[in-house]
Amino acid sequence: MGKIQLTKVRKSFGEVDVIPGIDLTIEDGEFVVFVGPSGCGKSTLLRLIAGLEDTTSGVIDIDGKDATNLPPAKRGLAMVFQSYALYPHMTVRKNIAFPLKMAGMDQAEQEKRVERAAKVLNLSNYLDRRPGQLSGGQRQRVAIGRAIVREPAAFLFDEPLSNLDAALRVGMRQEISELHQSLKTTMIYVTHDQVEAMTMADKIVVLNAGRIEQVGAPLELYNHPKNLFVAGFIGSPKMNFIEGAEAAKHSAHTIGIRPEHITVGDGPWEGVVGLSEHLGSDSFLKVAVDGIGTLTVRAPGEIHAHHGDRVRLAPAGKVHRFDANGLAI
Amino acid sequence: MARALSPRRKLISTLAAWTVALIIFFPVLWMILTSFKTEPSAVAMPPQLFTADWTLENYAEVWARSDYPRFFWNSVVISVGSTLLGLVIAIPAAWAMAFVPGKKTKDLLMWMLSTKMMPAVAVMIPLYLLFQRLGLIDTKFGLVIALMLMNLPIIIWMLYTYFKEIPGEILEASRMDGATLWGEIIYVLTPMALPGIASTMLLNIILAWNEAFWTIVLTTTKAAPLSAFIASFSAPQGLFYAKLSAASAMAILPILILGWFSQKQLVRGLTFGAVK
Repeated sequence: MGKIQLTKVRKSFGEVDVIPGIDLTIEDGEFVVFVGPSGCGKSTLLRLIAGLEDTTSGVIDIDGKDATNLPPAKRGLAMVFQSYALYPHMTVRKNIAFPLKMAGMDQAEQEKRVERAAKVLNLSNYLDRRPGQLSGGQRQRVAIGRAIVREPAAFLFDEPLSNLDAALRVGMRQEISELHQSLKTTMIYVTHDQVEAMTMADKIVVLNAGRIEQVGAPLELYNHPKNLFVAGFIGSPKMNFIEGAEAAKHSAHTIGIRPEHITVGDGPWEGVVGLSEHLGSDSFLKVAVDGIGTLTVRAPGEIHAHHGDRVRLAPAGKVHRFDANGLAI
Repeated sequence: MARALSPRRKLISTLAAWTVALIIFFPVLWMILTSFKTEPSAVAMPPQLFTADWTLENYAEVWARSDYPRFFWNSVVISVGSTLLGLVIAIPAAWAMAFVPGKKTKDLLMWMLSTKMMPAVAVMIPLYLLFQRLGLIDTKFGLVIALMLMNLPIIIWMLYTYFKEIPGEILEASRMDGATLWGEIIYVLTPMALPGIASTMLLNIILAWNEAFWTIVLTTTKAAPLSAFIASFSAPQGLFYAKLSAASAMAILPILILGWFSQKQLVRGLTFGAVK
């Protein structure tokens, strides 16, 4: 079991309200991603759930029990840190066995669980090495191993992939997703990378300035953002926003069009290409459109448009409409 | 990148370093040479660095006249005991200051250090009377307590500096893994800070071994360590430089040997954090 419920959870550091009050339910077995820009409070929220920070007010329930004032060890949660936080003076075996040793488990059972975790994570050959003798990816696996041996109610991940290089990050992302599918344990994952959020999550919680902007499935957030912030944060490259006369045509204060929902070739808008990036699979153009401003365009395949060329553009997909307060209409 | 030195500059630097080292070492060298001289040649005018009549007689006489092993043992108990007791108190204190600092932690650290700047003689009378009332005069236990208190600010400061270097996330990880406060200190913090703790221990053993003021003030015979042993040779009969030098050489020899073998650890510990 691993249902976590936050009720009016507030955290302030002195005079500063980092989290003014959050209500959130995380169902058992869900993969939930907290996403948001730096300083939005997502790591603080995770640390409140972990028990590493005390709440200023509010209630944290874990599996129906009030865990607000329980110390971290008593909450039945395991955490994987951004810096891996392995014990450098212990071998991989001892690192993974540490939570079991602290729980007073007998030696034979410890060994059995460590061997099993090492097998799942491909660490069997490294059990007698120290963390300093491992690569970044292997260290991250040890940190995950240390978390899974405890068979926790939920896993908490605090930006676990941000210290890895790009290629390794994609691999580890898949491994964590596969782990979730096999363990079916609740996972809460903090990241600032919306690609990680979109690819891994069952449910995304978008945070901004300590507030929840929207909660929903990845495609729900992509297709139906509740406000300008979510619309701009989810999706890469970010959504184009247009105000003024063009927005008024759609009876809105602001309209938003995703870069992949603009076609190049024919259409009502005309502009000059500022920057063009050709990735082979996609082409990205920054076009200064007359009377509208700069729009980002993502076109599939190769497009023969370069700096200084005049092109015509047309909206070819959903146009998101927002009112003067930035809320979706 | 290391700065390249021209051979000429290297030579000058080396010479300068040797000169400074010899100036610092000269009194010790003089003392060792004197300990092998006869009393007349030790006080000869003009002073002679070397003499023709080398002798081991001073050592023999010092050994015969006093109970060196007892003084030596007292020094070992007092310096090691006060350091270990200091560490037991300082490790939790430095943990608290490094990982759960309060608003006044910095002030507290500075205040503790400031007590080291106070002249010892200023608290001599109250401390002496206190020790007398408690029956701690001329006891090893009393000296262990006194020297531990004298060196505690240094031990806490040094450990605080080492602990600050340990990432807080590792301690948080141990908390998530179910470690209690003591589990965290014993299984995670202490092993990780071991090089720093070892340097702190060595330096404080040396400081306690060399402490002369309190060890002489608070002891008479039973608990007297080697500092009192040296002092006893400047006693009523007048100053016998050769014997005094022999006694001094015998007193500093153990700590010199310890320092020599642990110099790598000491330098590493003292520059820990300064160069990463």
